[in-house]
Amino acid sequence: MNGRPSIRESGGSYSGWRLLLEGLTGQRGWSRAWAKATPRPRYRVVIVGGGGHGLATAYYLASEYGIRDVAVLEKGPIGLGNVGRNTTIIRSNYFLPDNIRFYEYSLKLWEGLERQLNFNAMVSQRGALNLFNTEGQRDLFTRRANQMRLLGVDAEALDREQVKALVPLIDLDNGRYPVLGGFLQPRGGTVRHDAVAWGYARAASRAGVDIIEHCEVTGIARAAAGVTGGRVTGVHTTRGLIEAETVCLAVAGHSSQLAAMAGLTLPIESHVLQAFVTEPIKPVLDVVVTYGAGHFYVSQSDKGGLVFGGAIDGYNTYGQRGTLPVAEDVAMEAVTLMPALARVKVLRQWGGVMDMSMDGSPIISRTPLDGLILNAGWCYGGFKAIPAGGMTTAHLIACNAPHPLAAHLDLDRFASGRTMDERGIGPFPYAH
Amino acid sequence: MLRIRCPWCGERDEIEFRYRGDASRARPAADAAPAAFHAYVYERDNPCGWHWEWWLHIGGCRRLLRIERHTLTHEIRVVTQAAQIPDGAGR
Repeated sequence: MNGRPSIRESGGSYSGWRLLLEGLTGQRGWSRAWAKATPRPRYRVVIVGGGGHGLATAYYLASEYGIRDVAVLEKGPIGLGNVGRNTTIIRSNYFLPDNIRFYEYSLKLWEGLERQLNFNAMVSQRGALNLFNTEGQRDLFTRRANQMRLLGVDAEALDREQVKALVPLIDLDNGRYPVLGGFLQPRGGTVRHDAVAWGYARAASRAGVDIIEHCEVTGIARAAAGVTGGRVTGVHTTRGLIEAETVCLAVAGHSSQLAAMAGLTLPIESHVLQAFVTEPIKPVLDVVVTYGAGHFYVSQSDKGGLVFGGAIDGYNTYGQRGTLPVAEDVAMEAVTLMPALARVKVLRQWGGVMDMSMDGSPIISRTPLDGLILNAGWCYGGFKAIPAGGMTTAHLIACNAPHPLAAHLDLDRFASGRTMDERGIGPFPYAH
Repeated sequence: MLRIRCPWCGERDEIEFRYRGDASRARPAADAAPAAFHAYVYERDNPCGWHWEWWLHIGGCRRLLRIERHTLTHEIRVVTQAAQIPDGAGR
């Protein structure tokens, strides 16, 4: 037993034929989608964090780079962290060319993901519409759209009438911030986030990766400094010491805490981002809409609930909840943009802790410690980046060299002055 | 909702204030090495616990305050004027 579950143990293949067969035989043939592994004492690669990026990294290590001796350690159950707390939006409408290439690569991977994973993640390219409310904003968005089109990424300018036709729900002439138009990325959209965690977990498990839930890392094991320069040799966990040639931290929200166990201080602050979902209503919104006059984004899920969010609460916190001033602010933006929503009830509200990096861009990098790889600093943008983040982190681990599309996301960029500041805000994480 | 006891205005809602970041970093001397400035500008301890931070009372007296707040419970135990650095605070 090499820890690799058989196809039967990990749920078999999913297909229309299988669905029909199970329907005829009482649905008794389904089994767990991924195997519950118990930790072995040593692996080639240990990934800390069973969220989207950790699971994707493990999957691509096994499927693309042939490294199957991999464990993913998750302190709780799979899917309860940020991978299940975001607002499920995917898009690649960035400004900096290196960021456009990276997120566009991610969007392309999303487009083929379900076929590759044999899992329905409900990838829906319904379009992502960014509204603008001032002429300055129109100029800025135009510049961004031109930058995208130069790199072959889809972006279309819409005038007021086209916006109104696409999303009748929007009050273009709302008293405070009239909408002047918008930019549409037709290939943007949403993905069911739970299915992303489950799909990657299942595919990784079938490829031989050990997914170990309820295993919290309590320390980073290092060789004595004299022998191999203090290289990282594994992790101490609530289920004992697990040794590894390479340890990868993919614990956005808590990266500073884990890095501190290895004696590193990161250019990151932790902040809470809230999200909201309303009661299910009939279809009213078939595009992802973001509002330029504030920080607000909304889409309608297939269950009918409107999923929306706004800005981070604005001060350092590890509380996975949110405070009322921002909830009120987000609700005001919702009803200003779409007054009809005033009569819809909010069903649930929750918070997720973000790694807010100093330049607003993520970090996929080697660290000053040999054997320690970092996937961190995702700010608001971690969900859409899961496929590309996983692939490029796997590349970094397998090849010990950065993936060409993620080389700009190295940790050293802060010291060397190559920061990737999309909006030119400066080193103020709470303002990104 | 945080309630912050401003030394000049009394207890006020957080919406009157604007967060201005980690107040535990000390600016290095002008001739310090680049590494010291890198640590000052970019590196943050980001503790899960007590945290010294700047808050500007923009909707009140417009003074900059230095506050010690817990990043998990959000409890505030010290509020002082910016220049007054309590013993043992920060670095």
